[in-house]
Amino acid sequence: MTLLLIIFLPIIAAAAIGLGAPARLAALLASGANLFLGLVVALVVALKGDGEMHFESARQLLDSPELTLGFGVDGISATLVLLTVIVTFCAVLVSPARVAGRGEGLYYISSLLIAAGALGAFCATDLFFFYAFHELALIPTFLMIGLHGHGRDRVATAWKITIYLGAGSLVLLAGLIALYASLSPAGGATFDIAKLTELAAGGEVEPGVQAWIFLVLLIGFGTLVSLFPFHSWAAPAYAAAPTPVAMLHAGVLKKFGLYGMMRVAFPMLPEGFREPLWAGGWTPEDILLVLLLGNILYVGLVTISQRYLDRMLGASSVMHMGYAFLGIACLNAAGWGGAVFMMFAHGISIALLFALCGALRGRLDTLEMSRLGGLGARVPVTATLFAFAAFASLGLPGFANFASEITIFFAAFEGALGGDAAGLGGLQVATVLALWGVVISAVYMLRAYRNIFQGELGGDRRPDEVSPLERGVAVLMIAVLLLTGFFPNLILNLVGPALGLPH
Amino acid sequence: MTTAFLILLLPLVSALAILLGVKRNPGASALVSVGSAGLCFLLALPLLGADNDAAGSFTWLAVGGLRLEIGLEVGGLARGMLLVVTLVGLLVHVFSMGYMRDDEAKARYFAGLSLFMFSMTGIVLADNLAMMFIFWELVGVSSYLLIGHWFQKNSAAEASKKAFLVNRIGDFGFMIGILLLWGSLGTVNFGEMAGRLSEGGYDATLMNWAMVCIFCGAVGKSAQVPLHVWLPDAMEGPTPVSALIHAATMVAAGVFMLAKMAFVIAVAPTAAGVVQHVGALTALLAALLATQQADIKKILAYSTLSQLGYMVMAVGFAGAQHGGAAVGEVAANSGFFHLYTHAFFKALLFLGSGAIIYACHHEQDIWKMGGLRRSMPATAATFLIGTAALAGLPPLSGFWSKDSVLALAWDNNPLLFAVGAFTAFLTAFYMTRLCVVVFFGEPRGGGARGAKEVAPVMLAPLYVLAAGAVVAGFPFAYGWFIGGGGAGIAHPHGGKALFLTILIGLALAGIAAGYLLYRDREEEPFPLKALADKLYIDEAYLVVVRVFQDAVAYVAKSVDQLLIDGLLVRGSARLAAGVGGLLRGMQVGNLQGYAFLFGLGVVFVIYIITTAVR
Repeated sequence: MTLLLIIFLPIIAAAAIGLGAPARLAALLASGANLFLGLVVALVVALKGDGEMHFESARQLLDSPELTLGFGVDGISATLVLLTVIVTFCAVLVSPARVAGRGEGLYYISSLLIAAGALGAFCATDLFFFYAFHELALIPTFLMIGLHGHGRDRVATAWKITIYLGAGSLVLLAGLIALYASLSPAGGATFDIAKLTELAAGGEVEPGVQAWIFLVLLIGFGTLVSLFPFHSWAAPAYAAAPTPVAMLHAGVLKKFGLYGMMRVAFPMLPEGFREPLWAGGWTPEDILLVLLLGNILYVGLVTISQRYLDRMLGASSVMHMGYAFLGIACLNAAGWGGAVFMMFAHGISIALLFALCGALRGRLDTLEMSRLGGLGARVPVTATLFAFAAFASLGLPGFANFASEITIFFAAFEGALGGDAAGLGGLQVATVLALWGVVISAVYMLRAYRNIFQGELGGDRRPDEVSPLERGVAVLMIAVLLLTGFFPNLILNLVGPALGLPH
Repeated sequence: MTTAFLILLLPLVSALAILLGVKRNPGASALVSVGSAGLCFLLALPLLGADNDAAGSFTWLAVGGLRLEIGLEVGGLARGMLLVVTLVGLLVHVFSMGYMRDDEAKARYFAGLSLFMFSMTGIVLADNLAMMFIFWELVGVSSYLLIGHWFQKNSAAEASKKAFLVNRIGDFGFMIGILLLWGSLGTVNFGEMAGRLSEGGYDATLMNWAMVCIFCGAVGKSAQVPLHVWLPDAMEGPTPVSALIHAATMVAAGVFMLAKMAFVIAVAPTAAGVVQHVGALTALLAALLATQQADIKKILAYSTLSQLGYMVMAVGFAGAQHGGAAVGEVAANSGFFHLYTHAFFKALLFLGSGAIIYACHHEQDIWKMGGLRRSMPATAATFLIGTAALAGLPPLSGFWSKDSVLALAWDNNPLLFAVGAFTAFLTAFYMTRLCVVVFFGEPRGGGARGAKEVAPVMLAPLYVLAAGAVVAGFPFAYGWFIGGGGAGIAHPHGGKALFLTILIGLALAGIAAGYLLYRDREEEPFPLKALADKLYIDEAYLVVVRVFQDAVAYVAKSVDQLLIDGLLVRGSARLAAGVGGLLRGMQVGNLQGYAFLFGLGVVFVIYIITTAVR
């Protein structure tokens, strides 16, 4: 019941706004209530600490195939629910009270629907709704970029992300159907994720077939997470998107692909990851390790060369997804725990950065970094908040981002060189290379901070400080990052028990 | 809550208090910060005699097979280091009350100092590498904040960024090293790692690689060649910061870490060789560069690099053998011996230069000073004591510790001894040059003409440090800092008289040369542009960065836009347009329609296909 409330509260509020309710108030009430409910859910799951599904509810819609509107959370989904309600609340708070053009109604409706879609996807225990809820969240994302986006190219950008993610979703759909078809036994076809996972454990699907389905799912999910080389939609889309949409998509919705890898691809294709695609050939693991290095190193370099703050942040969020994939590729509890923690940490920090970027956009005539400079003397509070966000993002200890990254790095080396294991494996080599990304992040973040806030004033700009409301939102997100960064077990104890791995 | 935890957390509380509210009152901010530093020093004193190694720990992060602890140990070198950090820290806090009295952002400055004290204490007390790495990064950020204290200046903004980035490059290696040790030994706790290694069965090649990687961290933090370029630039920070962070404590953290890791160096001979040679090269190169600088702080910065090179070289001998006995702990102790004597006299010299700069109205060019021994007699006297200690004149502290470092080279490697001895000559030479130009002759600039002795709050720390610079090398002092028992420090095994004659002779020769060549000069008499311009190493790096990073980044961006976008997306867009005519006239209205159809279609397709499959 609680989960149904969390998922449908935003939808009800969106409907109410559509029928004429005051938009900002309704959205605030719904997202505020959701924040409270999400905290309760996470707390309850953490206290149970047993790795089981909680708050389960199910309404069977079809007998054959068995299709159920079912929801439930374990530690992994509870962490993502927590992330979603925090970011949604913050995104609603920083949304403008008045919107020119088609009005603020659509603005708030979109945010609420994206949140509902993400929550539904994270809580769904049924493969069909898992997929469908994510699609539900994509549609308002596309629309908002086209209708309320920034820049002259916003319509073209909206099309680009629509086509890109549409194609990714279709590849994913193809993979899911193949998976479903290969797992379904003669009599009792089902969409239930737990039952499908059980069937998969029976091991009736050929490992070679598993590998190919895994690859298709990797490309499908990967496109949604902006896995290299399917990433180029992300930076322009986030640069063009209205602030709350950028916060919600980069911070929350994008994690769906990673979540899907952990929920569907690995458990249902237990041998697919490390099985060669053809005799003596590459495995999906090899491919993933190469692609995630593409995210970290290649996109990292692309990020360095960005001239506009919004684009740079968009590219940086692509880059950091490489670390989450690295954690998943570890295929041990520490790596997966680190990956979920990383999703949480990155979600909050990128939402924070986009919120601050949005605040700057409204106060400056340009976001081209080389034309700014010295603003720290004019707007010290904004500069301080941005510094916190930048250092969180570049992985300074004390922030959750560092704790999650170091968890992933250690996980990749766990027991890797002791005893008989001699020499570095592919995972360890990839990790060593990925560590260079830590230098790259520092380069672009400190360059941005230096170019915008430090040095001599670039031009005579006198922007206003962030409003008290924006300041409060930023402080809230910084506090979350610091709290979970100082005490990472707050998240890891929540996630840990749920990390039943296929191997 | 043990005393050690209290010492760790007090400065953090101070920094948070200033950040969250006290900052509105700059005077109170200073008091909070100075108060916490004083309290830490008092709390640290009784720990000197304590023999409890473990001071409490808790699990910071645990998931799956991974468990990272925050654990403190007050034992071995950590006791001495804790005293150095809290004592020099306190003196610098006090000095700063005078130096930063009129600064606009005094509260931010003292918050930064407190953050630094917290981070540095964490490094000193860490009982495992993961925790050390955490605080290692945190000293990096406090250094960044303090170097960039005057961030409105382009040079300060650039210098702080450079310091952080160069250190990150070192930390890249450091982290790899930590991971290699964790992967092979299954722990990062110092005691447990030493235990596993003593059981044998480790892979020697792997240990060499791990140690070289870990050494990278020290190369960054202790500014060894080739990552030394950030330290001279870091002099953009306020001078008390230079004294505390960029001379006495943080830059010595690399040496401290190496000393703690001496048990790995001892089983990694190749890595040990790398450590020794990098240290010796840094000592020599930096001393050469110091002879031609005109900025008083830059001279001291290069001198710091050079002395850090000595310390690194000393610890590198942890892998050496002497007469069948492993040098191990002795080498670590000798490196640490020089670390803490250097902390006294170099902090003294930096604070002294701060007093001079303050008195000369922020003039830093030594050629615009002159004659200051008359206008600033107390500062001049303490500065000369620091110089004599650094030059290695007996019986001052630098003499004992430098001898102990060079004794290791004397016994083990004649080439490195020659390099170290020549560096000792250069040290005496460039410090004499500095003193002669600054304190003797006539004032050559307006700032120097109007200079007056500084206030007591700034002089008092100078007196304390000068006393330390005199006595810190005596046996009773190193009994405190290193511990009377244990392995002790290195002494030359053969040719002791010759050894001492060479070193004292070289120091005196350096002083004589400096005095004779620079007496009564108005400007640099022997300009060597290449040395003054730092051998163009910075410029070379700039080219490397431009070419390899920025150019590659630019190419990557172009590829991104042309290839991936052009082929994949535009291609598929055209395909879609061609097939369905769906995308003709890309208007927002159509987008809405499309999005709606998209949602409906997806649901429909799933339903049809799934029923069909069944």
